[in-house]
Amino acid sequence: MNGQSALIEMNDIVKYYKMAGEKMTVLHNISLKVNHGDFLAIVGPSGSGKSTLMNIIGCLDVPNEGSYKLDGMEIRGQSDNRLTEMRNKKIGFIFQGYHLLPRLTALENCELPLIYRGLSAKERRARAMEALERVGLGERVGHRQNELSGGQQQRVAIARALATNPPLLLADEPTGALDSKTGMEVLGMMEELNRAGQTIVLITHDMEVAQRARRTVIIRDGVLTEQKGRDSHEDYAGPHNGGQERLIEQA
Amino acid sequence: MKITQGLIMAVKSVLSNKLRTILSMLGILIGVATVIALVAMGKASSNEVASQVSTLGSPDSLSVTITGRGTVTSLSVDEALKLGELNNVSGVAPITSTNGYAKYGRTQVSVTVEGITPEYEEVKDFSVQDGRYIAAPDINNKTKVALIGTQTAQDLFEDERVDPEDAVGRKITINGYIFTIVGLLESKGDSLTGSNDEKILIPISTAQKVFQVSGVTTINMKVTDTKQMSSVVSSVEAQLYEKFRGNENAYRVLNQEEAMKTLNSVNETMNRQLIYVAAISLVVGGIGIMNIMLVSVTERTREIGIRKSLGAKKRDILFQFLVEAVVISGLGGMLGIVIGNIASYIIGEVMKTPTEVPMNTMLLSFGFSAFVGVVFGYLPANKAASLRPVDALRHD
Repeated sequence: MNGQSALIEMNDIVKYYKMAGEKMTVLHNISLKVNHGDFLAIVGPSGSGKSTLMNIIGCLDVPNEGSYKLDGMEIRGQSDNRLTEMRNKKIGFIFQGYHLLPRLTALENCELPLIYRGLSAKERRARAMEALERVGLGERVGHRQNELSGGQQQRVAIARALATNPPLLLADEPTGALDSKTGMEVLGMMEELNRAGQTIVLITHDMEVAQRARRTVIIRDGVLTEQKGRDSHEDYAGPHNGGQERLIEQA
Repeated sequence: MKITQGLIMAVKSVLSNKLRTILSMLGILIGVATVIALVAMGKASSNEVASQVSTLGSPDSLSVTITGRGTVTSLSVDEALKLGELNNVSGVAPITSTNGYAKYGRTQVSVTVEGITPEYEEVKDFSVQDGRYIAAPDINNKTKVALIGTQTAQDLFEDERVDPEDAVGRKITINGYIFTIVGLLESKGDSLTGSNDEKILIPISTAQKVFQVSGVTTINMKVTDTKQMSSVVSSVEAQLYEKFRGNENAYRVLNQEEAMKTLNSVNETMNRQLIYVAAISLVVGGIGIMNIMLVSVTERTREIGIRKSLGAKKRDILFQFLVEAVVISGLGGMLGIVIGNIASYIIGEVMKTPTEVPMNTMLLSFGFSAFVGVVFGYLPANKAASLRPVDALRHD
């Protein structure tokens, strides 16, 4: 891992779709830098392009223009297989709808990304167990989705994301389907993870949720604006000034 | 991803939706079971043909039947014996066959009476279990001695409270002439030409005298080497052609091999056609699997998206769905083999012939069903593998 360079480095990212011959630009020259150890919230109303941005950060989609370096590696122009490998190795996904596989137990769900990494059954089990214990679900490893509450499901999803020990945790509306109390619990857990050094990028439309992050950027109509950097956070002394400096308004 | 892990995953997924799995394997199952049952049936009937044909004689024997059509209607015993001088012929047994009445005490039975020479024993491989055979002096002296078949002995003696085993030495009348039984024939069962055990054998010279016939009805011959069979057949045919002045309808030369070939070819043609029809049902079964798999891919689009976002490569997804298709079709094939074997057993019981399912048929039909799975599983699997994770995740 490279401590010096940023984990996410985006320069002039443009993403457009062609619909019925008409070019529809969703992201306009987005530049963003996220350092190791950051907790960044990307806030925006629906239709702002935040999902597209998340897909690009998550290597689920590729930009049309610009450059995106994840952990020092250029994403643009990579093959499907390379992108898949990047997702597996670098990113832990937390989705709004949990996206657990209903037929699998909590433990099996957490083992899934490790299967695709090609680990042995023994190692997979150990790491998945460890991750579930970290989110406080060590007792419920054999349960399936329908036997777990919404909060527990989201915690399984977090455990699954953590199981691979990814440099980046990418959360898409992690509290969207939860009541506010459980939502807060989940956010608390993410804060805790961040304090332990985990880099987190959180995508939400909810300003209140974004408050919990150290740093917030706002996306509106495909344009990114820096909102705040919570440098005042006591137990945090990591460098993320760069993120502010790199912030670029649209020309 | 490791291959074993992929297999485990696919088997789990197939087992997790049992009803769908059973429904999609049904086509393959029925196809394989039908193919196996048909092959078993075909084997059974060709076994039956073989066992019937083998009663005609051993593979090195051939028979000539004189039908008696045309201007020259008969072949004398001496002329028949001359056939024995041909190359590669090791024995000739001319026979005159007539129907007669045998009587013992008050019991009378209708029976086939064959006039034979001592060579009959060796050429037809038909010996006595008790007493002696007909010998050369019997022919010369036209003695009235007889060999009796087991069934005829039973028919004749049972009602007279005589043990059929004690037939030797008893006197019976055949068409009014008194004959002494000198031998009890061994039991041989039925053949295509009728029962072997319901007959009486007497010296050929005696038969000609008693029944007033001059020619022979059948000549049984044995060749030194089965490889020489066709050359012997053609020289016998040449001789007979000359004797009967070119009337090919007057005689018929038959050997076991040829009879078997003729009967089997009819049999096989019919069977092969049936198996082709059954094989088509395997293809139809494959299309069934393809349909279900395509539905399954649509149904599991989100699952595919999740797997891809977590690091499943295109080939992992392709492999997973392909293995699922092969597991379904292979499972169908295996169950089909089991059911086909059960069916073949039942057919054997009903037809009263031993059926057999050759190992290579089972392996072939299993292999074919797995192959069908690969072929028809490829399209759905490829569809699944080509989904873009972004689109797949958005799918509900």
